[in-house]
Amino acid sequence: MSEALRELSSHIGEVAGGLVSSADIAYGELTLKTDGARVVELLTFLRDDVQCGFVNLIDICGVDWPARAERFDVVYHLLSPRQNLRIRVKVATGEDVPVPSACSVYPGADWFEREAYDMYGILFTGHPDLRRILTDYGFEGHPLRKDFPTTGFVEVRYDDEVKRVVYEPVELKQEFRNFDFLSPWEGTDYVLPGDEKAKTN
Amino acid sequence: MNEHNVRNFNINFGPQHPAAHGVLRLVLELDGEIVERVDPHIGLLHRGTEKLIETKTYLQAVPYFDRLDYVAPMNQEHAFALAVEKLTGTEVPIRGQLIRVLYSEIGRILSHLLNVTTQAMDVGALTPPLWGFEEREKLMVFYERACGARMHSAYIRPGGVHQDLPHELVEDIGKWIDPFLKTVDDIDALLTGNRIFKQRNVDIGVVKLEDCWAWGFSGVMVRGSGAAWDLRRSQPYECYSDLDFDIPIGKNGDCYDRYVIRMIEMRESAKIMRQCVDRLLGDAKVGPVSSIDGKMVPPKRGQMKRSMEALIHHFKLYTEGYHVPAGEVYAAVEAPKGEFGVYLVADGTNKPYRCKIRAPGYAHLQAMDFICRGHQLADVSAILGSLDIVFGEVDR
Repeated sequence: MSEALRELSSHIGEVAGGLVSSADIAYGELTLKTDGARVVELLTFLRDDVQCGFVNLIDICGVDWPARAERFDVVYHLLSPRQNLRIRVKVATGEDVPVPSACSVYPGADWFEREAYDMYGILFTGHPDLRRILTDYGFEGHPLRKDFPTTGFVEVRYDDEVKRVVYEPVELKQEFRNFDFLSPWEGTDYVLPGDEKAKTN
Repeated sequence: MNEHNVRNFNINFGPQHPAAHGVLRLVLELDGEIVERVDPHIGLLHRGTEKLIETKTYLQAVPYFDRLDYVAPMNQEHAFALAVEKLTGTEVPIRGQLIRVLYSEIGRILSHLLNVTTQAMDVGALTPPLWGFEEREKLMVFYERACGARMHSAYIRPGGVHQDLPHELVEDIGKWIDPFLKTVDDIDALLTGNRIFKQRNVDIGVVKLEDCWAWGFSGVMVRGSGAAWDLRRSQPYECYSDLDFDIPIGKNGDCYDRYVIRMIEMRESAKIMRQCVDRLLGDAKVGPVSSIDGKMVPPKRGQMKRSMEALIHHFKLYTEGYHVPAGEVYAAVEAPKGEFGVYLVADGTNKPYRCKIRAPGYAHLQAMDFICRGHQLADVSAILGSLDIVFGEVDR
């Protein structure tokens, strides 16, 4: 499997090296990095090239890295049924830097990009209909961003007096408890005096 | 009919319509009875699963996967377990693998029984659901006997499965297979040659193979259009490569072919189950069902009473959980509805940094507009039925 991936990676490097910033194989999966300006060209190449044949769009999703200057990754997963290989394409983008839509290459990209927009606020240029998809009508904010609280901001209930569903700010009977059991004691790299004796015999 | 008395309609199909298979709102634009545009509004069952998983440890994330495609719960857990195992490099013992395969195939039959019979109900047949649900009920009892819950099993966990199966249960599953095949034959006799059923399904919702790939289809949807593609064969996981089964393939890519494929797949699943049962009672009768190094799977009660190390493992695994090395993987299984994938980004802590759930139904449902255009209004429910949509996984 990884032999075929290495071959594929060097093939992409030879034929379309200008479209890819980096290519690496980890956990038996090939990841290509590129940028917004070249992504549509790269996806078209991956789909149409005879040795690639990535005709099946598996998934498009966002990942949030708030500490980074370009805080979002847009991750494309493609599958080549002919070569029986998978590939991942990653594009880093900022909060207000749009990414060209992949809808012209894969019609199935439509909802996946809508979801990435809904969940992260990643903008896609050239998308036919970039509306929210999973959240409520009239929802505000982008819930999968790391700075969006898990409890959200509004809650709904049916109000018997006004005879309709009303939106109110979230009121928790008990404060949201996020148990942090992450041990500070693991992953240390210093050696306590005497510890080296354990390794000697 | 004259030009002036043709009326265009906009209608809302769902979210309360019984043929919407859950909470789907379809806004249909009709020209007479011909569908001109379909706009599915989804998200009415959105529960923020991916956000919740980010705040839970890897073990606590498992039960969320039961609540995605609640028709075949264990297949989803399986994808998550595979993703975590890929990152940590965990090996599952053979008995654990066989149990996983056995229960994945039970899940496939659960899902296909529901889909085939309710799709038949959508096009007017009332008997198949009654016969199919009886068998589903028996299968759910097998779920319950393995893990204590009929649906929300949390049974397939990273590292293996939660508990070993009693031999009587495996024997009972073996005894269930032959009567079940008889029931499939009965449903077959009711539907496959039925004139009304064929009128409603043959040549309805035809999808060409290249469109299938471009729209991101998988599973029965691509096999119905003629692709010899099944992850259990093409990218085998667990012990599927040792098992003997066939992949049915359609020719026309219409609703009827998809129905026939599901019927054959149920028989093939039964064949796989038979092999698993034989091995679970034969060469894999005893042995561990989950990883035994203690760093991922908590110890059993009995060990904890005697071993200090087991007690420490138990405490650590149920509070902090295990750490997963930083990295990203995509793991997919052939779920009954298609390719169910989990894209897992780990940052080296005890919680997933990002867990994207790739649900097959999501890609299938977005093609509703593409498939339904130019069909009659009555075909919409037949097509929706044959896409095999469950809103737990579409809305997540």
